[in-house]
Amino acid sequence: MRWLLVVTLFAAGCATVDGERDPRDPWEGTNRAIYRFNETFDEYLAKPVARAYVKVLHQEIRTRIANFFANLQDPLIGLNNFLQGKFEDGVTDLARFVINSSFGLFGIHDVASDGGIDKHDEDFGQTFGRWGMGPGPYLMLPFLSSSTARDAVGLVPGWYLDPIEEVRPINLRNSLVVLRLTNTRAELLEASRILEEAALDKYVFQRDAYLQRRRSLVYDGRPPREKLE
Amino acid sequence: MKKALAAIGFWFFVTPGLAQDTPPDTLVKNVTLEVVELITKEKGNRAKIVSVIEEKVLPHFNFTAMTALAMGQNWGKASPEQKKRLTEEFRTLLVRTYASALAAYSEQKFDFRPLRAKPTDTDVTVNVRVLQPGGQPVTLDYSMEKTANGWKVYDVMVGGVSLVANYRTEFANAVRTSGIDGLIKDLQTKNRALAEKK
Repeated sequence: MRWLLVVTLFAAGCATVDGERDPRDPWEGTNRAIYRFNETFDEYLAKPVARAYVKVLHQEIRTRIANFFANLQDPLIGLNNFLQGKFEDGVTDLARFVINSSFGLFGIHDVASDGGIDKHDEDFGQTFGRWGMGPGPYLMLPFLSSSTARDAVGLVPGWYLDPIEEVRPINLRNSLVVLRLTNTRAELLEASRILEEAALDKYVFQRDAYLQRRRSLVYDGRPPREKLE
Repeated sequence: MKKALAAIGFWFFVTPGLAQDTPPDTLVKNVTLEVVELITKEKGNRAKIVSVIEEKVLPHFNFTAMTALAMGQNWGKASPEQKKRLTEEFRTLLVRTYASALAAYSEQKFDFRPLRAKPTDTDVTVNVRVLQPGGQPVTLDYSMEKTANGWKVYDVMVGGVSLVANYRTEFANAVRTSGIDGLIKDLQTKNRALAEKK
């Protein structure tokens, strides 16, 4: 798998000056078709719902909701830190979960962050990356948007360990899933507006930003520096 | 009127602090805090925000270097006139994007990280963390180079995403399909659309 990383980094380094096809994105045609589908879905459903959500609910309440879902992620984030050998970070993630679930009233208050215990960003895709697996081809997933072969595989154990999926009755679970999706989309409203303004070709801009971002996350914000020439 | 006076007062007091030999981390800190202060006063006024950026932020950026980096190998193939126009258009686009990002600013706190560099270094990265309630901190990394006119920013990384690197593929694609003039035209079209939209 290591060669994949090498190929991808090389591709990232020299972009695509010659070939028509970007080696990081061999399925660009299909990906773009899915992207167009996602855009339509977003335009007519996800974005309007997220906008209404922001309009109707006060920032304070939205922060509580965001905190609640973010708190449920902390055990998984901790697990991934352990899998990456970062035991100290993993322990603080678990401490965050315990503190926020109790003193923070089921996580709606992020008292751990206020107390200086920073939240981390880890998932299985990053763990695989840390283990030496390259990102593989870029993937545009229906509804879920940007991913790579590696990160898409990483979604699977994440789904199995998702506490919301265990919630019963089913109606409550479904409501929570929709609320979480709405919250996520609402958090991205500003970012998607900026993307809209900044990009010449949104598909390419989003793809390159995603790949850069994931690479940075795999190295916890300190990737080996690529000197731009 | 009071606002205007305060802004002018700010200008006089802060500007002398931005002398040529200001260390890069101090420069980033001063400019950031100053701009945030002004932006908070001009909440939502896009035209004002743009003028604040033009006046306070732009002098500390090296747009020619940024454009050259985003162009990669194609930079060498551009004529001096094309280089000038590319830089102008790219600059306009970046300022608009920046203004748009700043318009979304709402009372986040900044954590200015101590500079890890030797005094003799001429190319440094200044790290800032934006702390936001209920979320992970977002990192802002300014790549800066020492020039005769003080330290100049030549790239900004937001959450690990290099702004300059992110334009590379787009620029290369545009140049491949329609040449350097085609790219200039694309940028102009984009900028015009944005100017009309707001």
